Amino acid sequence: MPKHQIDPNKWIELYSDYLFNYTISRVSDRDKSQDLVQDTFLAGLKSMKNFKGQASERTWLISILKRKIIDHYRKINSKKGKAEVRINYKDSESEGDWLEERVADPFDKTAEDNLQNSELGDAIHNCLEKLPKKQADVFKMKTILGYETEVICNELNITASNLWVIIHRARTAMAGCLKENWF
Amino acid sequence: MIKMMISCDEANHVCDKTQYKEGTLLEKIKLNIHLIYCRACRKYTKNNALLTKTIKKADVVCLDKTCKEVMKKDFNKALKKAFN
Repeated sequence: MPKHQIDPNKWIELYSDYLFNYTISRVSDRDKSQDLVQDTFLAGLKSMKNFKGQASERTWLISILKRKIIDHYRKINSKKGKAEVRINYKDSESEGDWLEERVADPFDKTAEDNLQNSELGDAIHNCLEKLPKKQADVFKMKTILGYETEVICNELNITASNLWVIIHRARTAMAGCLKENWF
Repeated sequence: MIKMMISCDEANHVCDKTQYKEGTLLEKIKLNIHLIYCRACRKYTKNNALLTKTIKKADVVCLDKTCKEVMKKDFNKALKKAFN
């Protein structure tokens, strides 16, 4: 099995979007997510010698990020002090088990929806990583960040028709990739 | 008389533009006329719209360029420190 190499110089370029998307679907705060991603990169740099090359760089970074996210939740929990709410149906006043209270709320589908959405986000980023860099960049700027055509053209120094050709190729590839992996 | 028939390349181009709400009304009419008789472009248009919908639904996010630049700056400082 070929060993995975580690090269921190390219981390931000390659993985920051993926990690950011991963974080924001779990933390849902933009600034905080960005901090967590940054912390992850720095922590990864510090413990680079522990990288054994058994997993890919991205998997390794995600495992660090997971720790960071857990730490984040621990921190905000301890800030709350002891104001923890405990729901307990088995106190002395309400004797017996109320079945109604244990049935899952059929209208509460949000948890599952969120889960599916975060997985879809991961799938989209996986597909984006397979595109050539230029296509991925243009597609991200146009579709996800919603920049104007002119802004992108100036930024990347390309013509409008050039941009549309790139967009067309990226969209075809993305549709094909998602069709295989998602639909 | 305006030319109402467009080629497949043009049709796909208009289709891409409409995904970003940049197509003009006339272009959209031309596209729809083209779609009546062109099966391949119908398929492309359908997939394209699905892609737009999926991405919208997924609510994916990216870091914009300035964010990344700030990140890189900080990170490079740490990188230098780590290797010196």
